[in-house]
Formats: sequence, C-alpha cells, structure tokens
Amino acid sequence: MDFPVIALLVLLPSGIAVVIAALPQRTRSLWFPLAIALSALPLAVAGYIMWEFDAVDGGFQFTQDISWFGPWDIAWNVGIDGISLFLVVLTTILFPISLAASMNITEKVKLYIVSLLILETGLLGVFVSLDLLLFFVFFEIVLVPMYFLIGLWGSKNRVYAAVKFFLYTAFGSALLLSGIIGLAVMARDQLGGFSFDFNTLLTLEISSSAQLWFFLAFAIAFAIKVPLFPLHTWLPDAHTEAPTAGSVLLAGVLLKLGTYGLLRFNLTLFPDASVRLAPWLATLAVIGIIYGAAVAIVQPDVKRLVAYSSVSHLGFIVLGIFAMTTQGLQGGVIQMINHGLTTGALFLLVGMIYERRHTRLISDYGGLAKVMPIYAGFFLFTAFASIGLPGLNGFIGEFKVLLGAYLRFPVLAIIAALGVVLAAVYLLWAYERMFTGPVTNEANAGLRDLNGREIAVLVPMAVLIVFLGIYPKPALDRIEPAVDRILDRIEAVTDYEVPEYGSTADIAGGGE
Amino acid sequence: MTDVIWLVVLFPLIGFLALLFFGKRIGEPRAGYLGSATVIVAFVLALIAAFDFIGGEGEAHTVVLFEWMPSLGLDVAFLWDPLSAAMTLVVTGVGALIHVYSIGYMHGDPRFGRFFTYLNLFIVSMLLLVLGDNFGVLFVGWELVGLSSYLLISFWFTKPSAAAAGKKAFVVNRVGDVGFLVALMLIFSSFGSLAYGEVFEHAPEVLSGGMATAVTLLLLIGAAGKSAQLPLYVWLPDAMEGPTPVSALIHAATMVTAGVYLVARSGALFELAPTSAAIVATVGALTALFAATIAVGQKDIKRVLAYSTISQLGYMFMAVGAAAYVAGVFHLVTHAFFKALLFLGAGSVIHAMADEQDMRKMGGLRSKMPITFATMAIAWLAISGIPPLAGFWSKDEILAVVFNRGGAWIALWVIGLITAGLTAFYMTRLMYMTFFGAPRWADGVEPHESPALMTMPLVALGVASAFAGFINTPWRLGFEHFLEPTFERFEVHLAHPPDGITPWILAIVSVLVALAGIAIGRRRYGGAMPAETGLWWDRVENGYYVDDVYGTTLVLPGKRASQVMAFAFDAKIIDGIVNGTGTAVRAFSKALRPLQTGLVRSYGVGILAGAVGLLIWFLSRGGV
Repeated sequence: MDFPVIALLVLLPSGIAVVIAALPQRTRSLWFPLAIALSALPLAVAGYIMWEFDAVDGGFQFTQDISWFGPWDIAWNVGIDGISLFLVVLTTILFPISLAASMNITEKVKLYIVSLLILETGLLGVFVSLDLLLFFVFFEIVLVPMYFLIGLWGSKNRVYAAVKFFLYTAFGSALLLSGIIGLAVMARDQLGGFSFDFNTLLTLEISSSAQLWFFLAFAIAFAIKVPLFPLHTWLPDAHTEAPTAGSVLLAGVLLKLGTYGLLRFNLTLFPDASVRLAPWLATLAVIGIIYGAAVAIVQPDVKRLVAYSSVSHLGFIVLGIFAMTTQGLQGGVIQMINHGLTTGALFLLVGMIYERRHTRLISDYGGLAKVMPIYAGFFLFTAFASIGLPGLNGFIGEFKVLLGAYLRFPVLAIIAALGVVLAAVYLLWAYERMFTGPVTNEANAGLRDLNGREIAVLVPMAVLIVFLGIYPKPALDRIEPAVDRILDRIEAVTDYEVPEYGSTADIAGGGE
Repeated sequence: MTDVIWLVVLFPLIGFLALLFFGKRIGEPRAGYLGSATVIVAFVLALIAAFDFIGGEGEAHTVVLFEWMPSLGLDVAFLWDPLSAAMTLVVTGVGALIHVYSIGYMHGDPRFGRFFTYLNLFIVSMLLLVLGDNFGVLFVGWELVGLSSYLLISFWFTKPSAAAAGKKAFVVNRVGDVGFLVALMLIFSSFGSLAYGEVFEHAPEVLSGGMATAVTLLLLIGAAGKSAQLPLYVWLPDAMEGPTPVSALIHAATMVTAGVYLVARSGALFELAPTSAAIVATVGALTALFAATIAVGQKDIKRVLAYSTISQLGYMFMAVGAAAYVAGVFHLVTHAFFKALLFLGAGSVIHAMADEQDMRKMGGLRSKMPITFATMAIAWLAISGIPPLAGFWSKDEILAVVFNRGGAWIALWVIGLITAGLTAFYMTRLMYMTFFGAPRWADGVEPHESPALMTMPLVALGVASAFAGFINTPWRLGFEHFLEPTFERFEVHLAHPPDGITPWILAIVSVLVALAGIAIGRRRYGGAMPAETGLWWDRVENGYYVDDVYGTTLVLPGKRASQVMAFAFDAKIIDGIVNGTGTAVRAFSKALRPLQTGLVRSYGVGILAGAVGLLIWFLSRGGV
C-alpha cells in the first residue's frame, strides 16, 4: 500500500477539528451541520478500506511503518486486520450519528465538536496501532476528550462521574504503561535494543512466570475499560452522567478498547499466561453476564439499566475471547460491533426521551407507545436486538460465543445461556413500564413523536442491525482468518490445542 | 415447484414489509385483503408442491438460499418433505382462514393495519420454523414466532394486563429457550453441524446414550415452553388477552404445536434416548389431565379453551413420546381445525355479546347465532371424540398406540382416557352455558350473528373438523403413508396401534367415556346454572394458584436477589471499596497537600513519576 490511507483515516477527524476551530463565531449555526457533513469523510475512507480489504488474508493490511525515534524503535507503525477493520468502520459510522444526535448542545459548541473529533482520532488510532507506545498514546488521548464530555456537558453528578472515570482508567493506564515499558526493556535484553514494535515483541521469549505478571498488568488495564466484573462501577456513573453522544461512544467504541486490547495483546503476547488464566477470566465474564443483567432488572433509571446491560453484553465478548476457539473469538469480535450498534441505538433513544422530559426515571413514564408510536417502535426493535432475537444482529455474536465457549468451558457456557432470559426480563419489563398501559402522567400526554432528524439518526443503525442479523457473512468471512491467525500462534507457542468439534461428545456419556 | 418453495415464505414476507411501512396508508379494509391474499397464495403454492408426496412418493428436497454463518456451516435453507409440507399446509391454510375472519373481527380498530402486519410476521416466522433445514433456521423461526406472539398478545397494550401477558409469554418461553440453546450447543459440539441431514444421519454413531438423553431432554425443555406443557404452561392462559383470532391461530392451531413438531422432527434423536421419549410422553399425559381439570372450572369462555389447548397438546406430546409420530401430527392437524373453530366461534360469541367473555352472562345464544352454534357444535363433538368427526380418529389412534406399548404405558393410556371424559364434560359445559338455557345477558346486549367474513371461515373449519379424520382411518392410512418417508429417511421406527379387534374395543371404550362426559355435562348444565362457588371451585378456577406459587418461590426471590445485588452489593460494597480507596488516597494526599495542585493533574504527574520510576527500576535490574 503506497498511499498512507490509515494515516489519512486517523488524522482526518483532527483535521476537521482544526477547520471547525478556525471558524469565526458568526458561523455558529453552521458548525454542527458542517461537522456532520465533514465527518462523513473518515467514514468514506473507512468504506474505501473495507472495499479494498483482502478478505482471505488474516494478516495486517495497508501497513505503514515510519520510524519516529530510532534508538528506542518507536514508530508510526499501523495496519488493519479483520479484527480492527470492523471496529474502525463502526467508529466512523458512530461519529456522524453522534454529532447529529448532539445538535441540542448549546454551550461551548465549538469545544464540544472539537472534543468529539479528537476522540475519533484517538479511537481510530488505538485500533490501527501496531506499535505499543503509539497504542498507549492513542489510548490516553481518548481519555481526555471523554473526561471533558462527561465533566462539561454531563448532567447533575457529572464531576463525580468524570473524575471516577478518569481515575479508574488512569490507574489501569499506569499498569499498562509499566507493562509496555517492561516489554521494551525485555526486547533490549533479548534483541539488543528497545522495541515497542508489536511484531518484534511477538518474537520475545517470555518465561511463564513473567508472562503472568505482564498478562495481569495488561489485563487489569483492559478489564477496567471493558469493564469486567468487579471493576465495572465507573461505567454506570459515567454512562448516566454523560451527554447522549458520550454514552453512545462510550458503549459503542470505548468499551471495545478493553476487549480489543485483551484480544490483540494479551492473547498474542502472553499466550502461555492466557491459556492458564483463561478459566479465571471466563469465570469473571460469566459472573458479569448474570450479575450485570440481574442488577439491570431493578434499576429505576433507564440509562443505568442500559449501562448495566452493557456489563452483561461485554461479558459475552470476554467469554468468547477466552474460550479461545474460532467460534468464540469470531463471536466475540462480531459481538463488539453488534453491541456498539444496539446499545448505541438504545442510548440514542434514551437521549431522545430525556431531551423531551428531562428525566431518566422509568416510573416517570408510562403509556408512551400511545403518544409516540414511532419512538416506541424503534425502542422495541432495538430492545429485541439487544435481547438477542435471531434475525437481528445480537443473536449472531451471542450464539457463536456460546457455541464456541461450550467447547472449552461447557459449564460456564450453560450458565451464560441463562443470561438470555434475564435480558428479556430487564428490557421487556422496562418497556412495559415505560410504553404500555394508559398515560398516567400528564406531562407525557403531549410529547411529540420523533422528528425527521431523529429518525434519520436511527435508521442507519436499524438497517445495520437487520443486515448483520440476516447476512453476517461478509463480516464473519473477514474476521475468521484474523482470529484463526491468533489461535494458530497460541497453538504454535504453547501446548494448547483448540478443542475440535466432536471431542466433547462424551461429556454426558462419560457419566453413564 | 419444490425448487421455488421459498415463494411460500416470500409472499407473506412481502405482505409483512408492505404493511409494516405502508400499513396506515393502505388502510382498512385493504390491509386485511393484502395480508389475507399473500397467505392464500402461499397456501395454494404449498398445496401444489405437496402433491409430490401423495401416496408416499417424492423425495425430500433441500433448497439453499444463502450462507448464514459460514464457519458453523449454517445456511438459510429450506427442507420440503412430507412433515414440513403437512405443517406448512396447516399454517397457511388455517392462517388464511383466520386472516379473512380477522378482517371482520378487527373492523374499526384504529390499528387495523398493524394487526395484519403482525399476523403476517407470524406466518413468515412460523414458516421459517417448519421449513428450516437445520436447527439454526428452526431456532430463528422459534424465536420470531415468540416475538409475533408477544406483539399480538399485547396488541391492546394500553390495557396493563395485556402488556403484562405479552411479556410473561416471552419470558417464560425464553426459559424454555435456554434448554433449546444448550441443546444446540451440545449438538454442535458433537456433530460440528446443525443441519438435520448431518445430525440425524450420524446420530447413532456420534451420540452416546447419555449424550442423546441430555440433548433430547434439553429439547424437551424448549418444546415444553413453546407448547405450554408442565411446568412452563403458565403463559398460555394469560395469552388470551390477545385478540381472539390471535388465540385461534397462534395459541391453538399453530405456534403452540411447534414443540410437537420439534420432537417429531428430532425423532432420530429421541429414538436413541428411550428414557427421554418416555419422559416426553409422561409430561404430555400429566399436562393433559392437569389442564383438563382446570378447564372444568373456568368461567371465561376463552380460558376454558386455553386450558383445553394445553390439555390437547398434552395428548400430542404423549403421542410423539410414544414414537407415534404420525398419530401426534395427525392430532396436531385435526386439533388445528376444531380448536381454531372453537376459538373463532368464541370470538364470534364475544363479538355478539359486546366483548363479554364470562359464560355466566351468556346462555340461550343458539337461536340468535345459528351458524356460530352449528359449527361450534361440530367442533364440540369433534374434540370430545365422537365418531366420525375428526378428533375421534386422531385421539383414538394416540390412545391405541399408547395402549399397545404395554407395561407402564397402560397408566398413560388410563390418564388419556380420563382426560377424554373430562374433555367431553368441560366442552359440554361450555356449550350449554353459552348456547342453551335462558339468556343471562347484561342489559343492553343484543346478540346477533356475525358477518359473512367471520362465518365463512367458521363453516370452512366446520367442514374440516367433520371430515379431516378420514385422511387417516384404520382401513385407509393415507396420512401415515404420506408422512412415513420423513421418518424412514433416518430409520426412525414408528409405533403402531395393535392389530386385530383390540383397537375397536379401545375405540368403543373411549367413545363410551366421551358420551358419559357429555351426558353428565348435559345433566348438570341442561337446566338452571349451578352455583359453582366454594373452596374447590375457587382453586380450580385459579388454576390451583400455580401462578402465585411461581410468584412467591421464583419471581419475588429473584427480584429480591437483584435488589440486594444492585443496591447493597454493587452500590455499597463494590463501589464502597472504590470510593473508600479514593477517600484513603485523599486523606493521604491531604497530608501531602503542599505537593498537590489538583486532583487530575496530580494523578497525571503520579503516572509519569511511576512510569519513570519503573523504567529506572527495569534498567537497573537489567531486564526481567
């Protein structure tokens, strides 16, 4: 690839931010429309990348490696494989939508738009980085605009939530950075020079015990981001207090930094430790699935309810990753995309009703389906996608994760399957209380249904939800070689063998 | 024709999409015509395609549409074989009649178009369920019929009880679905495939006895949810909150029989697990009896029919559990006719009585609604098992096969026989309370016969309920020959009724029991209404308070546990530790106040300092 298309992709949003920042005050009314229109450019670049992407190649494509600081081998080293491809596409899709959903923001509009666009650069950078220091830099860049989004444009408890978010993740970052530096030092010892290059670091020989420590440093940092039980308590606060776009992007993309990191770095750099610790992480994931769902059921605040549902859904992703089977990994990756779409859409929907009524309490609503039938239709549709109804996207990921996880952790997979009941309980019960029955609260009687802009924001999400549910093949085909490459590596350097179908046929028979 | 079997799904799908996006614009009654037309076309196409199988001819045919999840080897593919053909014909045939009926029944409803949208969605989903060529597509249909059922039960969502009933149906079904899902995990991990052909053909080599038992019992859990069997039946009586055509189509004729279909389709697996098969039959028998006793005490006409449906589904489970797959599916077909007829008739009555469903406020409707009465009377005698009506042939075949299995199966036969008597009794009660005796109508109610759009389907179903039994009589086993290839394909052995004169003796016994039930019912309800109050009636009317038991033993503790987790554990303990750490750090840093410039920034400095410290440490150690 001669043309540095990834560099263009990553830097475009920041470039747009500069353009917006340079606009004079009197063009104020144009800022949002312009930002939305321009944010289609990164999407177009991502579309081009997807078009040109070679589906059968499991390796990195569009790579570019420019040295920054030779002595320590720090480089602008980027590339995209089947795992990062769809996260990149998802990110570029969610930004125009988030901007369009933010047009009610009236304070510090310019700063808001610039924050969002810098956030986009950070997120895209994380997914394409093949240099660990570069990865870390982007990983940290993401923190700053998000901190401001919550802290400046959030609701009542925003400062508490923002600081909590920042401290939690900063704690993880400290561990991550020390792990990265440790690896670089190890590279110096083994290869004669510092290196942060992902592919170089893969050649290191790390002892089992050292792997364990490195694994934990990386895993804790990523588990906070996911968030994995019991490191999840920043999430409900951050989600609840963040403005709508903040919640959409948190759920849609930011949480995936954690699962992406676990998949990209933990599994490949520390395969030995991954194999050994997989049962623990899978167990925490399953606890998260059930726990998040159970806690979601009784939340009085609909935004917190959706936040806890994320804990449950992300548990499926982590379970898929540490199942270490093709189906599990593939399911985990597609679930990252699916969760971004469905939960993103749910947060958009919650934001729309919040704008009208300025309350998030479920008990303040009731009978909305009569007053706002289009809104109710979108809500129910998205809820069923989130519940994992076959035919919609959520099912594909959950189903694959469960099938994949069963091969390695049958008991955990069966417990995880119980999550599908709980998902139906919390979402349908919330729907029942908010949308059905008579309109009991006068304040809800005159609510207007969705307007054209709001429908336009939701329709692309709905189309993707249906498309990925019915025809996930294009995505699955591209993800599979990339995850198989990771599994091949694990099999090559450890004595782990990916369980084959048919090998567990005697689990029940053994008891007879 | 079989190559384009997907057209059968396509037409209702087009109807669904057109109604979804333009339903309001299409308006009443054209939305109803459109919905009905697509289902009628589907029925005609299916009928033409099914001719291949008449007389046991024709090959099972798989049509692959596209790859769905390639690495699972899972395609969106349809299977056209005698079993799927029979199911498709029931779904589209009864479905078409109920569509037409609904044009009259839903007249004037502000969401008329939306109703037909959902109804068409249901038909599409149900067709996916019965036509799928693998467990994956079956499961898609399985869940989507659950969705349509949810949407239609809570169609009148401004009524809180309707909304709650829809949610309950979906959630209880999901409990069963967990069993189904785990079964799929087991199947996939054993076979590496979910395709019927692959799984059923290799099942004898691949599955150990224990595994076969586990898979089939898990499938049973799923089936019990969808087909409202013990202990997961509790959603079906509540589902009567939906408009009556919905009760007829989904909660009597088609969707609830999906569990029976699943067991019949998986016959090759149940063949390897005789214990599971026996459990299926036992669950069926117990459900049949249990629900029949509750039906006796219901005052709401639709709830009688709901419990009756649960009971009749029990018969079908008894049949498929006994490997009498043909008898089970046969009863599924005849039941679809007479139960749909009973529900539509009940709808006609409810319509005439200005939405009254309490039979104590009916009576004497016979002369006011002659067509409704005459057609319902056929269904009444059919379900009671009076020859030569449809129910007689199918129910007696089940009883005869179960009897023929001998041993402990005789106990199931006895239960089936008692249930037959109870069935005749409660149906007689329903008919007499509704149509005979003196009118007990509320003031201002003036019953009238329903319009032709509603009575025509009644007549059609009446004809079917009268004559459908003749497709499979002991001297001409047409339906058996039709279905057999489905089971022969994977060498599934079918259980048969005894030879010689025994079946005739059994038939005479069960007819006598049915007549006795009718006679007792007539005697009791022929004159003035008995009071039917007191402790026993109370218990029966409330279904032995099973809902309350579930409420106090499962729902409430579950909710409590959630509350403890959310408001004590999560908010106090986990977050308490987090905030506690924060407080501790703050207290510590208070001591170091001079160093502190601001919370966030100081943290950044801390990270940097820590990182530099670590770097120095690593460097000084010279590596790990």
